[in-house]
Amino acid sequence: MAKTIQEINEKIRRGKAVVCTAEEIIGVVKEKGLKQAAAQVDVVTTGTFGPMCSSGAYFNMGHSKPRIKMGGGRVTLNDIPAYAGFAAVDLFIGATAIAEDDPRNKVFPGKFIYGGGHVIEDLVAGKDVRLTANAYGTDCYPRRALDTWIRLTDMNEAVLFNMRNAYQNYNVAVNRGDRVIYTYMGVLQPRMRNANYCTAGQFSPLLNDPLYRTVGVGTRIFLGGGVGFVVSQGTQHNPGVRRTERGVPKVPAGTLSLTGDLKQMSPRWLRGASFTGYGVTLTVGVGLPIPILDEEILHFASVSDDDLVAPVVDYSEAYPNCQPEILAEVTVAQLRSGEITVDGKKVITAGHSSYARAREIALTLKQWIEAGTFLLTDPVAHIPAPESGYAFKPLKERPWEPPQEISDN
Amino acid sequence: MPKKKVVLNFPPHLIDQPIISHLIRDHGLEVNILKARITPNEWGRMVVELRGNGGNLEDGLNHLAQTGVVVEPLAREIRWLEERCVQCTACTAPCPTHALGVERSDMTITFDRELCIACELCLNACPYGAIEMSFD
Repeated sequence: MAKTIQEINEKIRRGKAVVCTAEEIIGVVKEKGLKQAAAQVDVVTTGTFGPMCSSGAYFNMGHSKPRIKMGGGRVTLNDIPAYAGFAAVDLFIGATAIAEDDPRNKVFPGKFIYGGGHVIEDLVAGKDVRLTANAYGTDCYPRRALDTWIRLTDMNEAVLFNMRNAYQNYNVAVNRGDRVIYTYMGVLQPRMRNANYCTAGQFSPLLNDPLYRTVGVGTRIFLGGGVGFVVSQGTQHNPGVRRTERGVPKVPAGTLSLTGDLKQMSPRWLRGASFTGYGVTLTVGVGLPIPILDEEILHFASVSDDDLVAPVVDYSEAYPNCQPEILAEVTVAQLRSGEITVDGKKVITAGHSSYARAREIALTLKQWIEAGTFLLTDPVAHIPAPESGYAFKPLKERPWEPPQEISDN
Repeated sequence: MPKKKVVLNFPPHLIDQPIISHLIRDHGLEVNILKARITPNEWGRMVVELRGNGGNLEDGLNHLAQTGVVVEPLAREIRWLEERCVQCTACTAPCPTHALGVERSDMTITFDRELCIACELCLNACPYGAIEMSFD
C-alpha cells in the first residue's frame, strides 16, 4: 500500500499522522511486521549531533555610513578571519577558521580554544561579536576601517550553509603507532588502547534512507534547532561504495549539503568544538524526516545498530597516507557497548557523535510533526544514487615547475 | 571508615625512608596510591587516598608531618559541567579509574567524583570545555 507525501501532509495538518523515531520504529516493525507497520506509520524521524567541519555561515552586515567595501579587504569576527570575496558587506565564516595569532600546534598539542565554530555558536546565543574590517577605499565606498560590536539580530541575512554534513557512516579511528596522536577523531592512545567512533548509528539520517529514495534537493529538515533544507549532495558524496545486503554502506559514503536561517537556530544544536592538537570545528544537529511511502522505505528505516557496520582505520599510518587498509569491520552495537575486538585485541570505544542528543533531535522532530507545524517535502531533484557512477576521487598532483629561463644571448 | 585524599610532598632526605610502610603497619591505615613521582635528590610527590578507623587517620597524618612530609589536601579537583556536556562520551576512553563512564541504556555520561584521581587525561579529550580543573 503506497502513500504520497501529500497524503501524509494532510494527516499531519489534521494532527493524525503516526510518527516514530528511528529507534522506536525498530520495535514496531518487529512486533507488527513490515506490512502492517508500513500501513500504520507515516513518518520516521532521524537525528545526528556530531562535529561537521565543512560547515559555515554567511551574513549580510548592512551598510555603514559612510560605506565600506569589505569585499577584497580583510575582515574578522572576534578575531577569526571571515571570507569577504563577495559584494560590499557579505561575509562567510567557516567552522575551522582560527585567529591569525592562534598559537596553533607550535606548542604541541595545541589547544585551539576558539574559532569559526565558536563564533557561530556565540552569534546564535545572541552574544555580541566584534566585527573588524580593513578596506582599500573606493569613490563609492570611501571608508577604510571599521571596528564595531554586532549581534545576529543586527544583521540582515544570517544563514547557516554547510557544504558537507550528515556523513553516511564513518571510520572508527585507532592508533597502531607508539606515541599518542591528536586527530579530528580525538586523542588516540598508542598500541590501539582506544577506538573512537563517530556515528549516530540507528538514528543516523542517511543510514535510514541508504539509497536516498526520499531525501533530495529541497527536503525540509531539522537543522541547528531550527528548520533547514537540503541543498544537494554534499562534497565528497561517494554513493558507489560496498554495501550490506540491506543497502547500507560499509564505509563512509553519501553526504548532504544543508542550509537554514541561522536566526531561528539555537546554541544547544550548534556548538563550537576544540580538538586538541587538531583544530576547531562546529558540532551540528541535523534531523531528517523519512516519509514512509512504501514497505521498502520502512524496511530501510527500521535498520538497527546490529545491522550497521563501520570500518576500523589506523590513524597513525593508513589515514594520513591515504592508504585504503581497513583493520576490521565492527557493528555500531559493538561500538556502543564500550568495547570492540581488533586483531584479537580488546579495545575500549568512545564516541564523538552524541547518541543521547541524536535521540533528542529525533524526538523533537517527531513532536514538530505531531504538532502539525512541520510538513514533509517531495524532493525537487534526487541526489546521485549508488549506481549513478558519481564518485569521490583523490587529488591528482601535477607539481608546478618554474618556467624555463629564456637566455638573453 | 573515614577516608581522605591528600598530596604528600617528600623532601629529598626522606626518599630512602619506608614512610608508607609505617603508615600501614604502625597506624593501621589503608593506603591507595593514586599517583606517585619519587626520584633521588628531588622532592617527591604522591597522591594517596587514606582510610582508617577512629583516630588512626588523624594520628597517621600527624606522624607524617612529624617526619617532615609536607601534607596538603588534594586541592585540584576535576569538575564535570553537565550543562556544557553534549554526551559524546569522548572523555571516557582515557579515564583510568572509570570515574567518567557511560550509562549504556541512554548513552549519557556519569561522573563519580569519588573515583577521580585528578589525572587530567580527560581535559584534552573534551572538545566542549565541559571538564574543568578547579583549584580550591
